[in-house]
Amino acid sequence: MELTGAGLTLEQALINLRQTQDTGLRYYAAWWLGKFRMSTPEAIDLLLLALEDELDRSPDGGYPLRRNAARALGKLNEPRVVPALVRCLDSTDYYVREAAAQSLEQLGESSCVPALVQLLAGGVEAAVPVPGKPHLVQPYEAILEALGRLGTKAEISHIEPFLEHPVQKVQFAAARALYQLTQESQYGERLVQGLQAEKLPLRRSALIDLGAVGYLPGAPAIAKTLAENSLKLISLKGILEDHLRQQQDPLTLSSDSIQVMQLMDDLL
Amino acid sequence: MSDLNSSIQAVHAASSPGSLIQAVRQLAQLQDPDAIPMLIEVLGYNNPGAAIAAVEGLVKLGDVAVPILLNNIDSYDYGARAWANRALAEIGHPHALENLLEAASNDFALSVRRAATKGLGSLQWSKLPPEKQKTAQEKALQALLQISVDVEWVVRYAAIVGLEGLAQQQPAFVGPISEHLQQRGNGEPQLAVQARVVLALQRLEEKVP
Repeated sequence: MELTGAGLTLEQALINLRQTQDTGLRYYAAWWLGKFRMSTPEAIDLLLLALEDELDRSPDGGYPLRRNAARALGKLNEPRVVPALVRCLDSTDYYVREAAAQSLEQLGESSCVPALVQLLAGGVEAAVPVPGKPHLVQPYEAILEALGRLGTKAEISHIEPFLEHPVQKVQFAAARALYQLTQESQYGERLVQGLQAEKLPLRRSALIDLGAVGYLPGAPAIAKTLAENSLKLISLKGILEDHLRQQQDPLTLSSDSIQVMQLMDDLL
Repeated sequence: MSDLNSSIQAVHAASSPGSLIQAVRQLAQLQDPDAIPMLIEVLGYNNPGAAIAAVEGLVKLGDVAVPILLNNIDSYDYGARAWANRALAEIGHPHALENLLEAASNDFALSVRRAATKGLGSLQWSKLPPEKQKTAQEKALQALLQISVDVEWVVRYAAIVGLEGLAQQQPAFVGPISEHLQQRGNGEPQLAVQARVVLALQRLEEKVP
């Protein structure tokens, strides 16, 4: 059988995922199926089964195999996995909920929007850290980003309060979602302000968000941020491509797209 | 104490990322060739603001910095190497050709490759003796043509910028480079790179008599 990378074959990955003796092999196989986009019916079936796994448990009660299976299913473009991923949004494991929200976003599946909104219940007041854990009670960034991509203006009132959440990355995720839902520049400008954040990881986060939503007026500020040129280039590429796709003929160059390319040229 | 010594001392003494940037800017402003080794050292400090200031200082000093840069390329720190190649690319002295060719084609770090690749298109060929110019330009052209089909989008993007720059300088290349870009554009999977091809072709079209 043809070898497809990282030492596994599709056949072997399926065998590894089906067996239950070695949790490490299962964990790796689930990742591998997603990474190499193995969307055969059998792979999907086994990953769906892995979402219910009880054997692989982390010391804190988490479900490592379920996390990897949920992440993999987001890459396989198979609508029948959606109900199972929506059920994962209620998992007791934070990282399973996070992976499920990200995968549902990747799958472009709007039917999960009510379930995502549910996770915002209690609003900002309820969005507090879990004592002793490096995360909040819900994966708010993933939820907000997914709502920005999948939601409608009906969700705005649920998202807007998170602009004032004490965690800046959550604020960015809210701004990103609101920009996607409204195209209002006030939200893009919130992200542009984020480029001035004191901490580099926050500036990086704002760069990625601006590129992801294609906020064209942010291009000059992106070029000037104190961060790696590699990230700035990726961000500007996102903006350029978004702008090109909005045109009737993507390859008719507007003065805006030429300006973005000029900025990119200077960052090489 | 001389301005140079006190500025160098300020760079060493800087205790925060902000004060380092400030100190490097001041050192760069002196435009003193004796500051070159210190400016090159800063490229390895992993502080983008300071590195940008150091690169600007080196570029302002120009050709005099080239041999020192070439002798001090850090083979163990790809961050520093990327900044050094960016400085060499911006100064544009053709003595950097061999270094840029090697970095553009063979470095493992994308940041190094894209900086060097762009630089191959913007060397000031007239600084070479006339009989050597054509061969040197041919080398740059061959390398850029090869790099333009790289697997990484950012390297292909840089190769297009490089090819456009080369054609702007060598009228004999306008035809072959335009033709190559035309073909590249058709098979290019990334929209941003496709757009850069279109921009290069538009600019080169104006060059065709």
